[in-house]
Amino acid sequence: MSYLAKPKFHHPAIETNDLGFTHRDYEGSISTLCAGCGHDSISSAVMRACFELSLPPHRIAKLSGIGCSSKTPTYFLGQSHGFNSVHGRMPSVLTGANLANRDLIYLGVSGDGDSASIGFGQFAHSIRRGVNMVYIVENNGVYGLTKGQFSATSDQGSKSKRGVVNTDSAIDLVATALQLGATFVARSFSGDKTQLVPLIKAAIEHRGAAFIDCISPCVAFNNHEGSTKSFDYVRDHNAALNRLDFITGREPITAEYDPGTTQVVRMHDGSMIRLAKLGADYDVHDRIAAMNNLHTRQADGEIVTGLIYMADESSDLHDHLGTINQPLNELNAPELSPGAKTLESINAALR
Amino acid sequence: MPIESINDFVVRFANVNGSGSASANQLFAKSVMRMGVPVAPRNIFPSNIQGLPTWYEVRISEAGHRGARGGTDMMVAMNPQTWDKDVASIEPGGYLFYDSSRPIQDSKFREDIVVLGLPLTNICNREFTDPRQRNLFKNVMYVGALAALLDMDMAEIEKLIAEQFRAKEKLIASNHKVLRMGYDIARETFQCPLPMRVRRADRVGDMIFVDGNTAGGLGAVYGGATVCAWYPITPSTSLAEAYERYCARLRVDPDTKKKKYAIVQAEDELASIGMVIGAGWNGSRAFTATSGPGISLMQEFLGLAYFAEIPAVLFDVQRGGPSTGMPTRTQQSDILLAAYASHGDTKHVLLFPEDPHETFEMGAQAFDLADRLQTPIFVMIDLDIGMNQHLCKPFKWDDTRAYDRGKVMSAADLDAAKDWGRYLDVDGDGIPYRTYPGTHPTKGVYFTRGTSRDRYARYTEEAAPYVDNMERLLHKFETAKTIVPQPVLTKAAKPTRLGVIYYGSTAPSMSEAADKLAAEGTHVDLLRVRAFPFSSEVTDFIAAHEQVFVVEQNRDAQLRTLLMAECSIDPAQLVPVLNFDGNPITARFISKAITDHVARMQARSPKVLS
Repeated sequence: MSYLAKPKFHHPAIETNDLGFTHRDYEGSISTLCAGCGHDSISSAVMRACFELSLPPHRIAKLSGIGCSSKTPTYFLGQSHGFNSVHGRMPSVLTGANLANRDLIYLGVSGDGDSASIGFGQFAHSIRRGVNMVYIVENNGVYGLTKGQFSATSDQGSKSKRGVVNTDSAIDLVATALQLGATFVARSFSGDKTQLVPLIKAAIEHRGAAFIDCISPCVAFNNHEGSTKSFDYVRDHNAALNRLDFITGREPITAEYDPGTTQVVRMHDGSMIRLAKLGADYDVHDRIAAMNNLHTRQADGEIVTGLIYMADESSDLHDHLGTINQPLNELNAPELSPGAKTLESINAALR
Repeated sequence: MPIESINDFVVRFANVNGSGSASANQLFAKSVMRMGVPVAPRNIFPSNIQGLPTWYEVRISEAGHRGARGGTDMMVAMNPQTWDKDVASIEPGGYLFYDSSRPIQDSKFREDIVVLGLPLTNICNREFTDPRQRNLFKNVMYVGALAALLDMDMAEIEKLIAEQFRAKEKLIASNHKVLRMGYDIARETFQCPLPMRVRRADRVGDMIFVDGNTAGGLGAVYGGATVCAWYPITPSTSLAEAYERYCARLRVDPDTKKKKYAIVQAEDELASIGMVIGAGWNGSRAFTATSGPGISLMQEFLGLAYFAEIPAVLFDVQRGGPSTGMPTRTQQSDILLAAYASHGDTKHVLLFPEDPHETFEMGAQAFDLADRLQTPIFVMIDLDIGMNQHLCKPFKWDDTRAYDRGKVMSAADLDAAKDWGRYLDVDGDGIPYRTYPGTHPTKGVYFTRGTSRDRYARYTEEAAPYVDNMERLLHKFETAKTIVPQPVLTKAAKPTRLGVIYYGSTAPSMSEAADKLAAEGTHVDLLRVRAFPFSSEVTDFIAAHEQVFVVEQNRDAQLRTLLMAECSIDPAQLVPVLNFDGNPITARFISKAITDHVARMQARSPKVLS
């Protein structure tokens, strides 16, 4: 890690977004992770995505659990509210926060220990409920902060740095998210920013539970020969389904696309994603086919990345509960207390 | 001699769980109340849906004693499984009412009680063909018979039936018919009424008849809760359900049909409290309802909420120990669990309502306290308050009351502020100023963590800021003492050096016990503690008495431990009086324990006590 803060000054012609912010306005404090950590690349992808979408940083809430990945919200979006909660429980805290104010953007940051082990239940149930959020797992297949134990996403047969072979079968969070009803499911690789940034942008614009499993090699404990989460291994086995371009609604689509190779997907807010298909006949709207494809290619030793599934129509927990449009945290006694007269009639019914 | 009594006796119904007896028994209790005579019913039920024994006890007391009394004057024995024990439990001279459809050996009865048998099953089988009706109407029929035996007002019972079934005319008519059938057969068979009977009085006034869980759910509605996250657990389930029921009636926008509340049945208690904390962090009033096992599971999160200073409200409906069985019985056994919940140095604010009236009041107040103190607030009730209907003062609400949202900075406040830090103690009361996420584009943003932060919420692992923060939290706890509900003092008629401290559902039995003790010449001053941390009134009370009995419903004298630890009281000064068998504490039990102790004291040092 570096301990030298970047100077605040910048080039006078630095790029600004629609809000007049530069990408520097989306930075957080200096990362304390190991030099070369995949997680730092994900942080920078998050910053880039928010910058490009011109999101006001103070309208984003970033929540996390405990672990290396859960430390990262400190290192991006310094002007956003953050909550470093307890191990494996980010999903419930995020769900509650979302219930209180549906108008903010919720970014849940977690790791494979946090989401696939101690918090597997909360991961599953927040996805099931369709909480409107971007749920990113920074997946390195190892416990970093406690120095190198296998996590539940470590592949069976993969080797730890000390040479121990993992005998437990792995939890595939993407397959699980698909099964649980996530309406946006993607997998990416921290080493592939061109794929990751548009995926994050699309996930933010998606209404409902958007899940991104981002393989993020641990340079300290899981980047060796025999690991299936090392930079080399992932690069060699990465099978990208598609390439994304995120187009905001303000830009008309002028080019003609060949439906055989390109799919244009409209998001609920009017923006579009243009998907360059890399494999033949892959329809991102077909959940069953997505599950099938995932398992088939996994059996061939490939790591499927890209936008794996996105529901045609999606809704979120607030839609399911039928809550009012105004954030609940704005309501006070006049709207919430039924009043003394009503209480009198309740009393009368109890006599 | 048969018991003679007007408006002062206990009727106990022994039934089979799931046989539809509950509503008939409630009908009986409510009819007595409608005659202006106070009643205190209690449900003793198994961990079971159908088939196991269940009892419903109705204490009728014109004097208004609402605690459990102990003993049974009349047993309505409808369950052959428990016959022997039920018959044995009747007071000498008491009454046994039973279904005589099947012959029962003489040896199964007692000489010293009055036996009243009616062939209820046979009559129902004769009158009705539908098996369901045969079963259900048996219950209504015994209410009719009891009305004749106890001289109850049939018009009141008929009116209650009509209210219960509202527009369903057919059901009203058939129930009325069966009720009258029971009444007539009893009058034909027995000398009615019995020497033990109900007489119309005027002792109920404007009181309401309600269970504490309903009151707590309604308190959360009035207190402004918008988020409820919970996991089903007896005996707290009906609290969340009451909140939902009242919200569906009172919190739906009439134009859009959209809800001004959100309820999530979580996957477990960890998730429930996590959601409550997330919502509280984001500025909603949020709560959960649970019981001891749930509080156990929530420990880690409760520490986070304490350190991160996030408002949350928990209703803990206390019950007996782990697993299944005792959990359908009452106890006050989560006091220490809740007071010191979590790892690290933590202390929490607890409220102790005595009945449904206070459960409503403190239930609503808990949300103000949580926002003001930015910390979890526990509303500690128990199965007895929560799941039994109690006669209590009506609910009150002042329409001019605004919610106390505590120290929250608006965008304008942030612009006007010279220096804002999330954990700065600006006012010297230990309570810092918070912001809701999303308030201001450039100000008031901070990162929420447990420990490891300075007054400006900046990450630090330095020792001094940690100590500084921990001491401020302690100072905040001192502030809490001044704003939580204060204890209620009841002075004895004569000066005394004996005091009693008690709380929660012990209240009605304690006041009855004090009357009993006074009548026997033992005077005790009473202090009903209504919250933790204890205010100076509590320590002053202990200091002013030579011996203080601490009456509780747990084995380990948990409130006494709290008093000793938090107020540095000499253990010898605090005498534990403990009932923990799962049944509500009785006045008989308390007065005997105190009398016995006083006798021992006098034997040791005869001149000390008056």
